[in-house]
Amino acid sequence: MADNNPRSVDPATLEMIDRASEAAVATAWDRLESQEPQCGFGRLGICCRNCTMGPCRIDPFGEGADRGVCGATADTIVARNLLRALLSGAAAHSDHGRDIVHALALAAKGKSEAYRIKGPEKLRGLAREYGIAEKDRSDEEVASDLAQFLLAEFGKQEGVLANLARVPEQQQKNWAALGVTPRGVDRDIVTGMHMTHIGVDNDPEHLILGSVRAALADGWGGSMIATDVSDVLFGEPQPTRSLANLGVLKEDEVNLVVHGHEPTLSEVIVAAASDPELLALAESKGAKGINLAGICCTANEILMRHGIPLAGNFLQQELAIITGVVDAMVVDVQCIMPAIARLQECFHTKIFSTSSKAQFPGMTHIEFHEDEAMETAKKLVRLAIENFANRSPEKVCVPKQKEGLVAGFTTEDIFTFLGGRYRPSYRPLNAGIQTGRVRGLAGVVGCNNARFTHDRYHLEMGKELIRNEVLVVQTGCSAIACAKAGLLAPEAAEKYAGKGLQEICRAVGIPPVLHVGSCVDNSRILTAIVEVVKEGGLGDSMDKVPVAGAAPEWMSEKAISIGMYVVASGIFTVVNPPLPVQGSRQVEELLTKTFEQHFGAAWAFEEDPIKGAHLMSDHIDRKRRELGLPPLMYEVPYAPKGNDDPDG
Amino acid sequence: MKRIVADPTKCMACRACELACALAHADTDDFIEAIYEQRAKPRIYIESAGGLAVPLQCRHCEDAPCVRVCPSGALLRLSQNEPVQVDQERCIGCAFCVEVCPFGVIMLRECSAEGNSGGKKAVIKCDLCAARQAKGLQPACVAACPVGALALEEIEQGAKRIRATAARAIVGDMTQTEDQS
Repeated sequence: MADNNPRSVDPATLEMIDRASEAAVATAWDRLESQEPQCGFGRLGICCRNCTMGPCRIDPFGEGADRGVCGATADTIVARNLLRALLSGAAAHSDHGRDIVHALALAAKGKSEAYRIKGPEKLRGLAREYGIAEKDRSDEEVASDLAQFLLAEFGKQEGVLANLARVPEQQQKNWAALGVTPRGVDRDIVTGMHMTHIGVDNDPEHLILGSVRAALADGWGGSMIATDVSDVLFGEPQPTRSLANLGVLKEDEVNLVVHGHEPTLSEVIVAAASDPELLALAESKGAKGINLAGICCTANEILMRHGIPLAGNFLQQELAIITGVVDAMVVDVQCIMPAIARLQECFHTKIFSTSSKAQFPGMTHIEFHEDEAMETAKKLVRLAIENFANRSPEKVCVPKQKEGLVAGFTTEDIFTFLGGRYRPSYRPLNAGIQTGRVRGLAGVVGCNNARFTHDRYHLEMGKELIRNEVLVVQTGCSAIACAKAGLLAPEAAEKYAGKGLQEICRAVGIPPVLHVGSCVDNSRILTAIVEVVKEGGLGDSMDKVPVAGAAPEWMSEKAISIGMYVVASGIFTVVNPPLPVQGSRQVEELLTKTFEQHFGAAWAFEEDPIKGAHLMSDHIDRKRRELGLPPLMYEVPYAPKGNDDPDG
Repeated sequence: MKRIVADPTKCMACRACELACALAHADTDDFIEAIYEQRAKPRIYIESAGGLAVPLQCRHCEDAPCVRVCPSGALLRLSQNEPVQVDQERCIGCAFCVEVCPFGVIMLRECSAEGNSGGKKAVIKCDLCAARQAKGLQPACVAACPVGALALEEIEQGAKRIRATAARAIVGDMTQTEDQS
């Protein structure tokens, strides 16, 4: 509950929240207040609306109804609801992946001048991996075959996902034993939906395993394909410097903010924004230039590849408009609040929806199609320029905060970077962990959630981990939170990291918190751990590696899918808030305990970010002990527990 | 004395009041812990009748049958204008009060949440959230209702409101009658 907790720990955000109050404009935090108290049945997951004999709900006090009209128990209802929510998340990621592959197919056939194959090395690597002929063939020919091959992964009706070949043997065995080996991206999502229909699957454990299969089809399928093909099409990201927070918006330039998730349009807008004709038009309107900035994951995509600054994360989308200097906001899919459309009544910002999948009452819809990408992008930039003159000077209020960062680490470059140009391998990373200079790795990812003080959980957890010698990798809005607080700058190592981690960061010139991309790029964390396993010395399976995950402010259904594929891949994961499963002891027990036997990893629910970081450290320490690794090289504030202590 | 007044025409049967009530009477702010660890129970009940959902809880009767029949002095009223309270330490669990309550809103329950008596059973009922009211807060059920179907008010105040509505209805009827003529 919101209680009297501050709404954010980010000064720019707090300033703009005050600004919103002055302007009598409601934000997500105000709307949350009007939603309180929120429904306990929903939070516990014990309300079922899957058929119209209902809605049914189970009495958590154990006195009233213990079954729905069809006879479903709390355990069934909770598991079925979790599966449905997860499927929506898996579908969102995977459909994003399909769009990127579609763009690759068009680019390969020369049907879209806006796209070129900018990652030929990755293209040919993938072709070799999938057995697509690439020698003596042009990039376009190879790309065309690759696109067809990957599109078939979505519609696959028989066999299993091709990317299973990337999965370490132990994980494959675990999945086969439980019947959760992912088969086809669309198939596993559709089968999951079928399972949730009234009178189909009613066994709680079987339902949860259905969710695991769909999540794996996302993580190792849809999301991973999205990441791979984005790298092929838009180029493999390279470490790049940029800035983050609302202070990147410029009072004397045309500001165009892209918000959403798919890089297909934002990539082309980057090109359009440097078009000389449009720059001249901007100047003729009195602007000093065209300033592009991003919110949410589309921001992460163009940050990694072009150094485009981050205006903010999920809960800052309204606040960007309230600065009064955003001339256009271009949105596509996922995490776009319909609330922002109404802000156009108070502020001059024009908001354009662009996806054939997502329309918003009050926004202007300019539908984007890959084959006319550049025309659409230029049109949108022009509309932004033309709106520059409509700013109301009395409404302009841009916070000063903008923090330096380095982003753009990938599986391919991230740890080879650690090895340096002349010895590019994962050896230095593995060696760092093996010698105890670095304790282990942690992925801290996920959303913002208005129910919890904005950014606080990401920052506290991130800082606690790095000061305890855990190297942190981040994606999504979590990465943006830490970027704004300076954790993604190399200097953060001196300021916040433990001594061993500091030494590594100093030696290679990396920050202690590494930005590895957008939320589909959580697949990069999977492939990075696979590389760690392959490098050797840290166990022959993903669940043996001293690594943990967390989503300390999650809110979207995509996060459920991410968490599930990460856990099922052998990575212990702490989340806040808890999954909406606490109305069923059986399901909660399955996820937080029994999964350990199934996958070598389980979920944990912990609100306190420091305690969450400690759970992660405990897990990493247990893995270190199991591998027989030596004690940490330097003393740490949160010391490993003795060998006699039971884990956790 | 203010009482909780329910409007069954507004109640959506979401049972947010039940959850909030149980939490307000537990020794924790954690909803999950209250329900599953402490086995906290609500003192407000949503009954269904005639297609409506009717919230019910202790009426704090002027001549309360529960207070009359209680042999151990566990049900008591500190003074004339105070709500009827339960002293769970004194309760012997005979359940006479449960039998005589005309509204069925007194229940015999394990009272682990309140002054833990080692799983002993004692009666529980609405105390008008005396502890919350002492802090200037509304009773938990009233605060939790998302549609304003519950209110804490003097019964005279409620009666005045009903009179006002009735008066409007009468005048409305007359106006309509005039219009028709």
